[in-house]
Amino acid sequence: MAAKQSPSVVSPERQTGAGADIAALLRELVAHLRQNRTQLREEWARRITRAQLLTAMTEEEIFAEATSVYDNYVEALETGTFEALQAYARNLSERIIPRGVETHEVVGIVLLLRDVLARSLFAKYHEDFEKLNRILDAYEPAANRIANTVAVGFVQERERIIRQQQEAIRELSTPVLQVRERLLILPIIGVIDPQRARQLTEQLLRAIRTNRAKVVVIDITGVAAMDANVANHLVQTVEAARLLGATVIVTGLSPEIAQTLVTIGVDLSEMATVGDLQGGIEEAERLLGYKVVLQSELPHPATKA
Amino acid sequence: MEVPILKQGHFLIASIQSALTDADLSQLREALVLRVGKLRARGVIVDVTALDVMDSFAVRTLRDIAHMTRLRGAETVIVGIQPEVAFAMVQLGLTLKGVATALDLEEGLAFLDRFTKERFERA
Repeated sequence: MAAKQSPSVVSPERQTGAGADIAALLRELVAHLRQNRTQLREEWARRITRAQLLTAMTEEEIFAEATSVYDNYVEALETGTFEALQAYARNLSERIIPRGVETHEVVGIVLLLRDVLARSLFAKYHEDFEKLNRILDAYEPAANRIANTVAVGFVQERERIIRQQQEAIRELSTPVLQVRERLLILPIIGVIDPQRARQLTEQLLRAIRTNRAKVVVIDITGVAAMDANVANHLVQTVEAARLLGATVIVTGLSPEIAQTLVTIGVDLSEMATVGDLQGGIEEAERLLGYKVVLQSELPHPATKA
Repeated sequence: MEVPILKQGHFLIASIQSALTDADLSQLREALVLRVGKLRARGVIVDVTALDVMDSFAVRTLRDIAHMTRLRGAETVIVGIQPEVAFAMVQLGLTLKGVATALDLEEGLAFLDRFTKERFERA
């Protein structure tokens, strides 16, 4: 018998009447699950494959993960504590999220395990309906909590990854590029918050100095929304650039942004705006005295190669 | 410390070398407004490259210089504002409206050349 393999943590509530009863039932349950470990685990892995979950993983991988999830599951049932399971769920999520495993799959496999185990309990206690009921009373709340813990762990890990990626995008997304002698472009993509606006302005001012820029085109096609704060940051950036002797042209204001800015009454009269990036660059070239001419339109015939 | 004012062709160049007290700034303003008339200058360049702090009095004095010299027939351009100074100025709302600015001395001279050429050749 595999019963009482390890001393279980007994919480105070378990020591009183009904609590002690539940604890005893759970112990019996855990013993049953340990005893039938191999068979139940295989059944579970089979059902995962049949339900076409975890398609991103090979069968061996599924079986290996199923084994450790099973053991952690039984352990959580036995000890009634979820810290270890939480840590395991986080660790598991870290490994499987990059493989493209979806939330519904994770929830799906945990629910499948719950079902497989419940079925095995039906099979074992089908002659003693009274006992089956009591066992299920003890099993169901614990099983639901486990399912909950794993799902929440997975979602939290995903959110953590999303936050991390947002930060990475933020750091990468403020390039200042020189397109011609003395002409810089600054394409802004994404959300501008005060911190990013500050970083953006500092970067632009430094670039104006090092590149000796006279004209800067700030393209905000990639900015989805703008409020009064962001607009004021933009005005400040334009002013600061002017103090360094550079003219700023803002391009790519979307119809929505144009409407918002006018509605909230931001004063953009100091700002030169042009419809799109192409127009902005053409205007900048005009300011710098460049003239772009098609080769075929040159007054003197170009020498042919 | 007195700011040296150099004459270069039609232009005056005031090159600030170190942090200035309010009195120095006022003195600079008076000297420039006086010299513009005396030397028949068409442009003034104030070089502030050496300044890493600019308070509201300094900014106001620079603006006053620009407006006063304009009344005396010379355009002023402020050159060499440091990026950090520009950023701080904008945040404090000190934006030198109506005053020409340029990256450095060379740019300032080029600006004044263009500006005076337009103005005096048309006349």
